[in-house]
Amino acid sequence: MTDTTFATPDRAAPAGTERRAGRDLLRRSRCKPAEILFWLAAAASFFLLPDRHLLLSEIAILGLFALSLDLIIGYAGVVSLGHGAFFGLGAYVAGLTSIHLTAEPLTGLALAALAAGLLGLLTGPLLLLRASDLTRLMVTLGVAMLLLEAANRAAWLTGGADGLQGVMIDPLLGRFEFDLFGRTAYGYCLVVTFALFLIARRVVTSPYGLSLRAIRDNALRARSMGIPVGPRLLAIYAFSALIAGIAGALLTQTTMFVSLDVLAFHRSADVLLVLVLGGVGYLYGGLIGAIAFKLLQDWFSALTPQYWMFWMGLVLLVIVLVGRDRIDALPRAILHRFRREGRA
Amino acid sequence: MSAALQTIALEKRFGGLTATDKVSLTLRHGARHALIGPNGAGKTTFVNLLTGVLPANGGQILLDGQDVTRKGQIQRARLGMGRTFQINQLFGAMTPVESIGLAVSERMGGGADFWRRVGTRSDILNEIAELVERFRLTEVMDHPTRLLPYGKQRLLEIALALAANPRVLLLDEPAAGVPEAERAELLETLAQLPRDVSILLIEHDMDLVFAFADRITVLVNGGLFAEGSVAEIMADRRVQDVYLGSEDHG
Repeated sequence: MTDTTFATPDRAAPAGTERRAGRDLLRRSRCKPAEILFWLAAAASFFLLPDRHLLLSEIAILGLFALSLDLIIGYAGVVSLGHGAFFGLGAYVAGLTSIHLTAEPLTGLALAALAAGLLGLLTGPLLLLRASDLTRLMVTLGVAMLLLEAANRAAWLTGGADGLQGVMIDPLLGRFEFDLFGRTAYGYCLVVTFALFLIARRVVTSPYGLSLRAIRDNALRARSMGIPVGPRLLAIYAFSALIAGIAGALLTQTTMFVSLDVLAFHRSADVLLVLVLGGVGYLYGGLIGAIAFKLLQDWFSALTPQYWMFWMGLVLLVIVLVGRDRIDALPRAILHRFRREGRA
Repeated sequence: MSAALQTIALEKRFGGLTATDKVSLTLRHGARHALIGPNGAGKTTFVNLLTGVLPANGGQILLDGQDVTRKGQIQRARLGMGRTFQINQLFGAMTPVESIGLAVSERMGGGADFWRRVGTRSDILNEIAELVERFRLTEVMDHPTRLLPYGKQRLLEIALALAANPRVLLLDEPAAGVPEAERAELLETLAQLPRDVSILLIEHDMDLVFAFADRITVLVNGGLFAEGSVAEIMADRRVQDVYLGSEDHG
């Protein structure tokens, strides 16, 4: 196709229009003050909450896992009820790597990422073929169930129901020993999560990320514009799977244990819940949701150790029924009222 | 020189119903060609066949001499087949700037770039600004599309198609539903579309057809009924009987 532009000299648009267009396009990738605060707070938590490092590691891992789910649900509109498959695969690959290959953590992380990404690439076409939410939920659920049963059956490799024994991880970078208090673990989880967040942020604010939003908004139009919908969705699905695999690997490496629990259905359900708690489509939803989820879980289980799931369910219902936007608007409305009264 | 777009005995059946009955139509380079016909004449089916939304049961479609009958929707779009939709198909959550920018960057082959920040290529920005101005979207360029007045949405619908730099542009009832106050703006913009784009206008509104087209094809019951210059079609008694005469009852 010829690539002549319409911007011939006699029709050149005013520079003002061009600048405004540029501002509009850069709006999403510009770093907001709240974002810097968020990550400063995350870094501060490492130094200020030394006795909470184990819980904080769990939060970082769950947050990263939820972030990976946000990439497909929030940005590409692809729903999943079996994202735990990638998390679990990553967890097992990291464990097996440490036993059979090397105890060096970064190698395990990379291999887990590779395996999970590959599984995403292989299973992606199954759910992208038929573009209905229900089929996608069922296919993802089915893949996760297959993987769980396969891990259960292959007890010679995975340890089956007893879990994988003997996972040992070398000091990180040869210097930082994984200690009992989770200091190294949290630092490791935080840095990995931050790095992957930066990459994910870059991807969703790229032209490719824009095309994903367009596909989610209106796939018919996207196709008529010549956007190859299938390959674009497959790429983000594999990328999301890769990140979920890394989250799983972090869990194995920081707890030095893997069991079938990493592939259980509740993993996939929890991460969806986390994302709904935090909100989809702005990358922080998974991270904020993970903080909320873990804190609520902590609080409810201290309150009523046996029935904490009841309260969790109630919170979920309220959020879904009242609606995120109304809850988000609440602080602003209160602030607004406060200011008005202050002026009066 | 080959035609911009040509169909040869194009056919589409839905069960026993023949929606497109061996239609042979030639769209010349730079044409302003209108396709008219009463409701149910098969105009929309014909557009869906041309763009690859529906597969044909028989016949051929040539785009600039190249056989695209077996090619998919995405490939045809990449080869220069652009279209607008009778019912707006826009990206509601995106701004006009983002939507147009996407169309331009996809055309330039940069749509799969996952590392560049959107809004950092001055050639794309330049083209977005030009299209925004041409389609009178300057005022609303950075508002979410779903909040735009209907007339502006119709303009964006055409802008998106043109941003892909199509060789052939199929306009499916571009003025449908546009309120009277916003109509003139739309018609003026249509009249100013680049002359090197060959346009097939599918329309119900005869005023728009007579103002825009230099050639008219009439489709009735899925088949080609008449074809000629605007004057010829206006003078054709048979066309008046089946179509123009029944215009009153829609």
